[in-house]
Amino acid sequence: MTRKQKRLAIIGGGVTFIVAAVLLVMFAFSQAIAYFYVPGDLAKAHLAPGTRIRLGGLVENGSLKRGDGMTITFSVTDTLDRVPVTYTGILPDLFREGQGVVAEGSFKDGSPVFVADTVLAKHDETYMPKDVADRLKAQGVSLGGKENIQ
Amino acid sequence: MIIELGHYALVLALGVSLLQAVLPIIGALRGDRALMEIGTVAAKATFLLVAISFGVLTYAHVTSDFSVQNVWENSHSQIPLIYKFSGVWGNHEGSMLLWVLILTFFSALVALFGDNLPETLKANVLAVQAWIAAAFSLFILLTSNPFNRLLDAPGEGQDLNPVLQDIGLAIHPPLLYLGYVGFSVCFSFAIAALIEGRLDAAWARWVRPWTLAAWTCLTAGIAMGSYWAYYELGWGGWWFWDPVENASFIPWLAGTALLHSALVMEKREALKIWTVLLAIMTFSMSLLGTFLVRSGVLTSVHAFATDPTRGVFILMILILFIGGALSLFAFRAARLKAGGLFAPISREGALVFNNLILTTAAATVLTGTLYPLALEAVTGSKISVGPPFFNMTFGLLMLPLLLAVPFGPLLAWKRGDLLGVGQRLFAAVAIGLVVGSAIYYAQNGGPIMALFGIALGAYMIAGSLTELYLRSGLGKVTGAVALRRLSGLPRSVFGTALAHIGLGITLIGIVAVTAFETEHIVEMKPGMTTDAGGYTLRFDGLRNGNGPNYSEESGHFTISRAGVAVADVWSSKRFYTARRMPTTEAGIRTFGTSQLYVSLGDGMADGGVVVRIWWKPMILCIWGGALFMMAGGAVSLSDRRLRIGAPARARKKKPLLEPAE
Repeated sequence: MTRKQKRLAIIGGGVTFIVAAVLLVMFAFSQAIAYFYVPGDLAKAHLAPGTRIRLGGLVENGSLKRGDGMTITFSVTDTLDRVPVTYTGILPDLFREGQGVVAEGSFKDGSPVFVADTVLAKHDETYMPKDVADRLKAQGVSLGGKENIQ
Repeated sequence: MIIELGHYALVLALGVSLLQAVLPIIGALRGDRALMEIGTVAAKATFLLVAISFGVLTYAHVTSDFSVQNVWENSHSQIPLIYKFSGVWGNHEGSMLLWVLILTFFSALVALFGDNLPETLKANVLAVQAWIAAAFSLFILLTSNPFNRLLDAPGEGQDLNPVLQDIGLAIHPPLLYLGYVGFSVCFSFAIAALIEGRLDAAWARWVRPWTLAAWTCLTAGIAMGSYWAYYELGWGGWWFWDPVENASFIPWLAGTALLHSALVMEKREALKIWTVLLAIMTFSMSLLGTFLVRSGVLTSVHAFATDPTRGVFILMILILFIGGALSLFAFRAARLKAGGLFAPISREGALVFNNLILTTAAATVLTGTLYPLALEAVTGSKISVGPPFFNMTFGLLMLPLLLAVPFGPLLAWKRGDLLGVGQRLFAAVAIGLVVGSAIYYAQNGGPIMALFGIALGAYMIAGSLTELYLRSGLGKVTGAVALRRLSGLPRSVFGTALAHIGLGITLIGIVAVTAFETEHIVEMKPGMTTDAGGYTLRFDGLRNGNGPNYSEESGHFTISRAGVAVADVWSSKRFYTARRMPTTEAGIRTFGTSQLYVSLGDGMADGGVVVRIWWKPMILCIWGGALFMMAGGAVSLSDRRLRIGAPARARKKKPLLEPAE
């Protein structure tokens, strides 16, 4: 191979790989990310059944119920709307009624119940997911003493 | 009074760094030795001053001096002594001070061990180090002063975040920073070379040990952080693709690329410009990581209390250094002569392939980490980019590299023989296939990707051993000769093999856990049993206890196999009284490289308790592999070439006896 051909081979291979990587990243962005919603957004969102989303808000006071076995139901609220959630597993240490929570999962066909496979509440007693706080503020909900959050 | 001394020492350190940032460069321009020598003295002095400052903060924490705001916010008189020490960096201010301490430590090391460097290069390197030190000292003094006093000293502190009350906090951040910040030396070398406009193989030889040292520490820091998250958080996960984890992983990927490209430059004088760019990018990624973690743009356990001015300040530092470095690169890179030529199929070609994939993978992780921030800033919509994205992109991109790992060291420099290497790797491929099919039978099938992944890991291990086997000539010569040949090999050959073997081991661990772990969530009452991973766990009951600053409820489990009790484990939930915060202390039992992981959930009304039990097959391979990689880094670092290969000044021989005069 001549000098020029060698260089072309290396540059060509590199460019091909990078283009493939970019396409892969774009494909993954279209497939593998979850949008964040609070209950009030859902009516406008028109989600296809089974779309993975993150649902954030406060755990409604008095809504936490333990069903048979490990299944837990509770409601996530932005104080205006609420969404019932079921979750099977152990809740995080900081999960409490009246506190912020983010549930990841989807709505199954036509059901109004959100099936969560992951429930997050973070490692600080005053923690509310930033997403939740921002959305709640945008909806005009006063967070009272919880304004000063991470 | 002592506290104020710590504050003054830090101010003084800033002053000395400013001198160190300017005078040596002027000295290097004018050829003034005295001015250049100031860099060496100042680097040692700055380190000493920052160390004093850090020592004072440690003193305040250990003596629980709650008149210091930082101590009051992050400590408690009742916590065990070790957490009073580690609590020094378990908060924003202290952790930035540790950052600067380690930065000045590396500058001092360059000053101490840089005698064999050309005078001007050393002066410029130390000056660039001082720019960084000055910027971050200023950041601490203006926005994050750990020595702020409270007017009325409270009687008790607010306690250290319970999640951080663990031995992990004593080890993980210092190791991580040694890696992160260690790359600053590579950055400074790159900038110094650009300032001088001179770059040769010797430069690569000087940079390589620093890269190796930083890389080894970063590997250790990341692995330690992963293991810590695994046992402390109680979720049984070891990597979450959390932005903060990515912030440390991106410099690791870039640093790994740098390690390999510096090799090409050192041996063949090729890839010079690329290596310099990579050195700049690696530390830039460290800076970006510092920004992401410390500025509060991300919510995470690592973002302690946040304050917008800090974010803006670090962002300014970031723009200044990355922008400045890249501009300098753009102006000066053309002056650097391109190096030797090589065929696409050659050792150099393989290392280019390595660099291409590692940097693309790093860019992918970076994109996934920053995309949510960018999208929110531009459109306001919020997304989470989580494990599905990273597994899909990063996993697929790395695959060709993993396949190629055993090929690299077997290819010849300049012009390699791919077919010949393939033939020599025949045994390694066979071993991979055998292991894959063995797993297939042992698991009665199993996901095809998992079998492929484990086979790939086995092939990488066998392939890395192939090089040692071939170079020893085992099978062709007698054992004694082979052993002599092996011991004659440069240590870096063993380092390479160890690191590549480690990668294979980690891969096997990751694949095995991902594919074959089992999870059971059950409600258990005392006396009940559950099966997991071939073991039976019997729940014996709960017990209440008290620690120094927490109360806890612990469940006791007896683990038996085929009816015979083999082990027992305690799993607890703690409640930290000062912060009114619960934590889960998982119970973990190790069997070979596999683990049983027991996490306690909520108590039920009828006296039962929810228990989450994982069987984690071969999970220890993940961190065991990292240990191999670290060993590889350490062994390479001890290579003769790096110790004495760099042109060293002849030591002055002292006559044993002074001649009588």
